[in-house]
Amino acid sequence: MTIKSRDLLEVKDLRVYFHTRHGPVKAVDGVSFRLHEGERFGLVGESGSGKSTTGLAILRLIKPPGKIEGGEIRLAGVDVLGLSEPAMRKTRLGDLALVAQGAMNSLNPVMRVGDQIVDALQDHGVQASRKQFADRIGQLFERVGLRRHDANRFPHELSGGMKQRVCIALAISLRPKVIVADEPTSALDVVVQRQVMDTLTDVQTDLGAAVILIGHDMGLMAQFVQRLGVMYAGELVEISPMDDVYAEPLHPYTRLLIACLPSLEQKGVFAGIPGLPPSLLSPPAGCPFNPRCPHVMDRCRVERPVLQEVAPDRWVACHLYPRAA
Amino acid sequence: MNLWLDRLFTYRQLAVGLVIILAIVLLGLVGPLFVDVGGAKVGVEIPDLTPSLEHPLGTDTVGRDLLAVIIVGTPQTLTIGLIAGVIGLGIGTVFGFVSGYYGGYADTLLRGAADVFLTVPGLLILVVIASSTKGAVNVQTEALVVSALAWMWPTRTIRSQVLTMRERSYIRVARFSGTSDPRIIVEEMMPNLLPYLAAGFVGSVATAILASIGLEALGLGPQNQPTLGMTIYWGLYYTTVMRGLVWWWLPPIVIIVLIFVGLFSISAGLDKIINPRLRSTT
Amino acid sequence: MTAVLEARHVTKIYGGGFFGRRRRTRALHDFSLRVDTDPPSITAIVGESGSGKTTLAHLLLGLIAPTLGEVVYQGKTFRAMSGEERRAFRRDVQVIFQDPYDAYNPFYKVDHVLAKPIANFQLATSRRDSVKLMEEALEAVGLRPADTLGRYPHQLSGGQRQRIMVARALLVKPRLIIADEPVSMVDASLRATILGSLRTLNQDFGISIVYITHDVTTAYQISQNIIVLYGGSVSEAGDVELVIQQPKHPYTQLLIGSIPSPNPRHHWKSRAVPFDTSAVGSLSSNGSCKFVARCPFAMPRCSQLHPPLFQTDEHRVVACYLHDGVPITDARVMDEVFVR
Repeated sequence: MTIKSRDLLEVKDLRVYFHTRHGPVKAVDGVSFRLHEGERFGLVGESGSGKSTTGLAILRLIKPPGKIEGGEIRLAGVDVLGLSEPAMRKTRLGDLALVAQGAMNSLNPVMRVGDQIVDALQDHGVQASRKQFADRIGQLFERVGLRRHDANRFPHELSGGMKQRVCIALAISLRPKVIVADEPTSALDVVVQRQVMDTLTDVQTDLGAAVILIGHDMGLMAQFVQRLGVMYAGELVEISPMDDVYAEPLHPYTRLLIACLPSLEQKGVFAGIPGLPPSLLSPPAGCPFNPRCPHVMDRCRVERPVLQEVAPDRWVACHLYPRAA
Repeated sequence: MNLWLDRLFTYRQLAVGLVIILAIVLLGLVGPLFVDVGGAKVGVEIPDLTPSLEHPLGTDTVGRDLLAVIIVGTPQTLTIGLIAGVIGLGIGTVFGFVSGYYGGYADTLLRGAADVFLTVPGLLILVVIASSTKGAVNVQTEALVVSALAWMWPTRTIRSQVLTMRERSYIRVARFSGTSDPRIIVEEMMPNLLPYLAAGFVGSVATAILASIGLEALGLGPQNQPTLGMTIYWGLYYTTVMRGLVWWWLPPIVIIVLIFVGLFSISAGLDKIINPRLRSTT
Repeated sequence: MTAVLEARHVTKIYGGGFFGRRRRTRALHDFSLRVDTDPPSITAIVGESGSGKTTLAHLLLGLIAPTLGEVVYQGKTFRAMSGEERRAFRRDVQVIFQDPYDAYNPFYKVDHVLAKPIANFQLATSRRDSVKLMEEALEAVGLRPADTLGRYPHQLSGGQRQRIMVARALLVKPRLIIADEPVSMVDASLRATILGSLRTLNQDFGISIVYITHDVTTAYQISQNIIVLYGGSVSEAGDVELVIQQPKHPYTQLLIGSIPSPNPRHHWKSRAVPFDTSAVGSLSSNGSCKFVARCPFAMPRCSQLHPPLFQTDEHRVVACYLHDGVPITDARVMDEVFVR
């Protein structure tokens, strides 16, 4: 296990606001994290936490009325936000790939799935003969656990799990450095989900690519990611290695979130988190979690906590923890 | 205030359409205050006068002041559209709901009828009906004849909306709350269909007016009423185009175009209400 | 014990027919279940997509009719019921749907969904009593009437809307609630509150619940008995502790093993799973176990005849020839092995 890997992706103070008639909705408000080479990083949060928006922002896929208001995104030192649109298009799929939520539904229904990948490759300037393409696609498909001749099928002939594997094949077709997987298995059954996640692990290890897994299922995170970032109301409130998050969650929200997960081992009491997530249009002053926090202090209502490293590789944004020296 | 202007801008098509139609309605309502509508009767004025201060649109060959004709005829054309539109929508709503909600034989029958009538060339049917009742046509009977064409499209539109709505959870919840089927149609479905009903109404009115003008231009309209279509008919009859009597044949056409532009704008505006995705992002 | 709602050898086939456009799919095959509301129980029906659970929900609610077999309430099929009996059914059996957004008519305030049953079933005599009933129901599920009544659906969160639905079900005081994926579209932190309300309905108000879901974990937490569906047939059923902790059917084992545990130390069971290539639903042969294509223990007889329900424990049945040799339970009385 490397002690210090090179930082592949660096996100600093990212802000994404959606401009509505009533004012800006602060979907992502100051998110910072680093992604190491070949690492599996998770971004977990409930609806409205800003996790999907963060993933899309990294790929510069935010559409109006959303806008990246500020912050920095650096991929291997390159300023992603400063790239021209043609350069960004090359970067997408070439260096940064996306497996989106419901990606299987965005496959072109009238085109064979293999051809859709060839399309994407050609778009990225890959030139090859038909046979070479067929070979390459065939290999890709086998890598994701499909059969070579499945490339000749249409999307409606494939099951949900198979379609999602096609999307993974597409995502790895140009050997990207980072794969952003946004709820890639939310529409799939538990059994198929596991197969797809196993596939993703295989290809990721094989490629040496880093993966950002975005989702709301803590169980999935625990089984897949090495480090986890917890998002709440557009902010990252905790980043820790997965083992530590489960064994010793630092942020009160993380603690409550883990506590309210039902277990398969024994029956228990139903515990939720009282209250409701805040409005992103007019978030509360200070810490966004303060209205629901069982440990709220006066300071929390006034001063927004900063994400800081309170122990080796353990980051948390909470006034309960002393400021780093 | 800002919110209102903003709303007005988003729904500008609807606003523009309403303004146009309102203006045309006003023409008919307020016009008689300024112009002597007696001049619209046959033989009142000196025939074949060119436009002057006294007769801004001149007079026609049988002695009618053409401005008065427009002022009297426009509301008549609109009335035909309104009557036929109401009948068309009324029938269409009932057929559409019954067909969509209950399905089965009623659906097959009503939908089949609507489909058949949609494909048969409507104008031909109207011509047949109108020519067989030629002598007895007045504005009201013409409206009735024309409404035979105005019910099919609302039936189909409302039926498909009802089919979609029927599967919605809130309809099922209503059933489990003990609400009877007719009350579900009226209380649960109807309010959500208001934009579609309005759009269907506009469509019916437009179809009806178009059909009526078509009939009248062929000479099958009420001979004694100066509706817009009849004015066009008389314009053709007296070869006004060849004679260069622009003030005769142009005004009714302009009004007709305006009516349709207005109706279309209203329809497009309603589309935006129904389908939020068509609204431009702020 | 009077059987209240019963499915008797119900089969549902979609599509096909003379002018059929779709391929025929057998959504549910020869399914029987007796739901008795005395004593009040919570039964979970668990299955993945294509298992037939949604079809089953619609059949039990009388929203669709079975192709074969019948659904019976108090001894009568829906067709045979009089108007009065049908109204009694609509009162006694309530539903909570999956989508908290779709369950509300956007034209009305949320009060509408509570006021309607009160009016239709004459649960209150005056306006004041009606409001009081609504407030009590909302408070029973942990909502504040001042925050919810008078609002439009889009002004409330999904969790609040779903809780109002539970309040609505409580209001009518049914004997049975069929909850079709009630928490799958709700955030994790709010799920517990809704499930807690369901449990309250059962324990404090004596209402039986049939909880239909694909989420095995919540099913385990809330129910006493569980039925696992696969491909339209029952694969395993019985005491939820037995079925979940010691599954005997290969499919149940696969299902439980695939559930990701939030504890990173508990890894997904490492047994490799044969990949399912039977992509779109098919009219699988009547005479075979539905799981045979994926089962690591498949034997020749599994393809010949669908296994019956073998009673391997006092409170559990398994439809698998691996357990041949123990007494067979008639599907019609499957509920007799249930824990009470």
